[in-house]
Amino acid sequence: MQTEPTPTVIKTAKPYLEWGLTESEYDRFAEKLGRLPNYTEIGLASGMWSEHCAYKYSKPVLKTFWTKNDRVLMGPGEGAGVIAIGEGKAVVFKAESHNHPSAVEPYQGAATGVGGIIRDIFSIGAKPVAILDALAFGYPQDAHTKQLIDQVVAGIGDYGNAIGIPTVGGETRFASTYQNNPLVNAMCVGVMDESAIQRGKAAGAGNALIYVGAKTGRDGINGASFASGDFSTAEDANRSAVQVGDPFMEKLLVDACLEVTRDHQAALVGMQDMGAAGLVSSTVEMAGKANSGMTLDLDLIPQREPNMTPFEIMLSESQERMMLCVRTGHEAEIIKVFKQYDLDAVVIGRVSDDHQYKLLQHGQVVCDVPVSLLTDDAPVYHQVGIKPARLAQPAADFDPGAIDLKKTLEAVLQDPNVADKTAIFRRYDAQVQTNTIVGPGGDAAVIRVRGTHRALALTTDSNGRYLALDPEIGGAITVAEAARNLVATGAEPLGITDCLNYGDPTKPEQFYSLAESAKGIVAATKALNTPVISGNVSLYNETDGEAIAPSPMIGMVGLIEDLTAIMSPSFKAAGEAVYVIGQTQAEFNGRLLQQMTQGDVSGRLRPLDLAQEQENQALVLQAIREHVVSAAHDVSDGGLLTALAEMSFGRNIGADVVADWAPALWFSESQSRFIVSVPPAKIAAFEALAGPLATRLGRTQPGELTVQSAGQAMAANVASLKQLNKEALAWQLK
Amino acid sequence: MKAAVLSFPGSNCDDDLLHAVGTVLGQTAVKVSYQVTDLTGYDVVLVPGGFSYGDYLRSGAIAKFAPVMTALKAFAAAGGYVLGICNGFQILTEAGLLPGTLQWNTSLQFICEPEPLLVVNPHTAFSQAYAQDQQITLPIAHGEGNYYADPATLAQLEANGQVVFRYLHNPNGSLNDIAGLTNEAGNVLGMMPHPERAAEALLGSVDGLGVFQSLIQATKGAAIHAN
Repeated sequence: MQTEPTPTVIKTAKPYLEWGLTESEYDRFAEKLGRLPNYTEIGLASGMWSEHCAYKYSKPVLKTFWTKNDRVLMGPGEGAGVIAIGEGKAVVFKAESHNHPSAVEPYQGAATGVGGIIRDIFSIGAKPVAILDALAFGYPQDAHTKQLIDQVVAGIGDYGNAIGIPTVGGETRFASTYQNNPLVNAMCVGVMDESAIQRGKAAGAGNALIYVGAKTGRDGINGASFASGDFSTAEDANRSAVQVGDPFMEKLLVDACLEVTRDHQAALVGMQDMGAAGLVSSTVEMAGKANSGMTLDLDLIPQREPNMTPFEIMLSESQERMMLCVRTGHEAEIIKVFKQYDLDAVVIGRVSDDHQYKLLQHGQVVCDVPVSLLTDDAPVYHQVGIKPARLAQPAADFDPGAIDLKKTLEAVLQDPNVADKTAIFRRYDAQVQTNTIVGPGGDAAVIRVRGTHRALALTTDSNGRYLALDPEIGGAITVAEAARNLVATGAEPLGITDCLNYGDPTKPEQFYSLAESAKGIVAATKALNTPVISGNVSLYNETDGEAIAPSPMIGMVGLIEDLTAIMSPSFKAAGEAVYVIGQTQAEFNGRLLQQMTQGDVSGRLRPLDLAQEQENQALVLQAIREHVVSAAHDVSDGGLLTALAEMSFGRNIGADVVADWAPALWFSESQSRFIVSVPPAKIAAFEALAGPLATRLGRTQPGELTVQSAGQAMAANVASLKQLNKEALAWQLK
Repeated sequence: MKAAVLSFPGSNCDDDLLHAVGTVLGQTAVKVSYQVTDLTGYDVVLVPGGFSYGDYLRSGAIAKFAPVMTALKAFAAAGGYVLGICNGFQILTEAGLLPGTLQWNTSLQFICEPEPLLVVNPHTAFSQAYAQDQQITLPIAHGEGNYYADPATLAQLEANGQVVFRYLHNPNGSLNDIAGLTNEAGNVLGMMPHPERAAEALLGSVDGLGVFQSLIQATKGAAIHAN
């Protein structure tokens, strides 16, 4: 056994500084406790008061989020949010970041990120039906980045493939800002009966707390604190703070837990995943939500290693574990279910009515603190942001100058941000569960909802380039882009989850970005009727003092009520009219072309007109529902010409388009735009519907993409362009 | 047709098979636990894809010791139809019900993509709904699908016409482009591609239905064996 320092020694030696707790936070804890905390107690506080668990810097920002409309059944605060989708069904979704673990140990970091988010979904009682991954790396130029990408992708694939949940979408972005701080955000989507929503609470004195799943080991100890600190490239001592995943165990856990929520509803009081800060956070939060207390006997906890201390047991982030609160007298009934799956299931304590969180080991009390001290009493910091100097005086507008249409198009199609991502997606099972109508690679994935006549469209979006120039406008654009992805498939956006990836919030400039982008996100979610129902924060994305560009990741889910009105971006036939919906202006600041030319972004962003955005999206949705368009695609990275090329690849049907503007305008990334194709018989109906919102660009044609612009024409073979686009990423990852 | 769909811990395509055979094709399909020791009464046993026991050691290496395997061997020995898909194929080779083995893909990566195949033997209980050399596209989703058999075995199963499906663009390094093959008697078939994932137009393809329709036909008493 290790000898733990006494409370008095802790006060002077301050071991808690290593765990991310400040001196004033220690003092706050001791004062509220009314005595000096022992080693275990202050250790638990370091986990529970970390940003990851307590949101102490982000809470004032998160409070501003719009979280409720008439469809939201459960908003933020539980394992995941829930939205009604009709026919008695509900969709459950959440995203979570695993940036720090993935930077240290990319394979396990990414794998356990997937595992963790899956548990959040079935803890609500929902069957997980899809995974999406939003990744961001530096450009794949050096061996380290290539290895990082390979291992992250392998980790995601090996976990999702084995557990049998399809990885249907997501995105992979590349920019130098992520070179030393990759982003690995995983989103999981589940489907359930509206009536069966489960909450993570431990109520009713005497009810049992049942530990199920994997044994507790010394892996990922205090990972929540680790994720809530800056990073140094010189330090690799954090390796033990990364957990190890076992998808086989998780598969058994999903099946067993869903059997409990389905067949043993009367016995179950609450269920929660053991995520960040492991046992302590799951149990304390369950007690906190029910305003109860509990006593746990650590000797009863299944342990993988001998002589673990209370600190290690309670803060271990060993994977594939769940905590259940079960009514007295029903313990054996529940344990029997888990035994059938060969899983450990043990009563480790009982709910009490004294509001105390009490831990026993070897007959000794090792922790006895009020539940609220670990939950509600965590400090909240009302940080004041300061506008960074680069934003106060933006550079002049970027002008791409006289570009060559074809050479520029070829370069854009081979940039890894635009390149076909098959080299990554093909390593994920996208079809298991046989519900995948549209898999990875389109604007959004589409999956059918079993037992209904409906489908869900799913997407993730993140674009740090915009936020680097203007966090508020960039935040709004990120939400709008996600909605555009869904609308292009024919789905009505329902709501979002988010991973807020930012730098160190104790720095006023970083906090400014967080707070400003939240304003943009709030405005866009209200304009597009997509409340935030869940999410997480990942602050401290800094390496050696350098923060990433603010990069909120928006995961969005949409609803398709007519399975015959699911749209794809591929042109379907030659001789159809091609329109752009929305206005095209010279907008190159923060755009891909600027990043490709300058290596970085600069300048001002034009504000996003949310009313126009909403109007354009409503038009596209109506046109799809009325079957007057045959293809639809939102215009994003690389602008109009890139979008036209992408629409040509599916069936080798190109387009002949004309516009009397400068060649560079074909690559401008003005917001709120879509391209649609319209069969000749539907042109009158479409034009009546669209009015002035749509501008005719030309018509589809077999095999060629031809463009006429002011002073320059281009003719390109679709098959050749497709080959460039298809092979680029595989080559760059080699 | 009454089909048993085996379910090992870690199987993850068992429900998809139940859906394809039961819901889509309207047959009787029953999920059968790996602990069951008697398979009498079923016309067909389907061994699903997934990662049985996590496949941490080698695909199918642990599943072959599951209690149900003795019953499965007896079922096959009595001439019952057994179809193993993906991990099911791996389990059948590990159990010795099919010749050869499945190694890591030559890319050493998991591959999920639609794969064009040729039906090179439409005279089996598993392929009679297809035409000779018909091209179909079925999804693959595996890391270990690279079929290997020693030269003598390979020559023998080619001579016997045991190869039923061949890849058009070999994705994983399989010898002779083998995507699916039967045992010598023709009542056991293993294949890496997933016919149950190509069973509904809504999901993009119905090319896989022929495998199950062949079995429905065969179990109506009009069984056609290979050779």
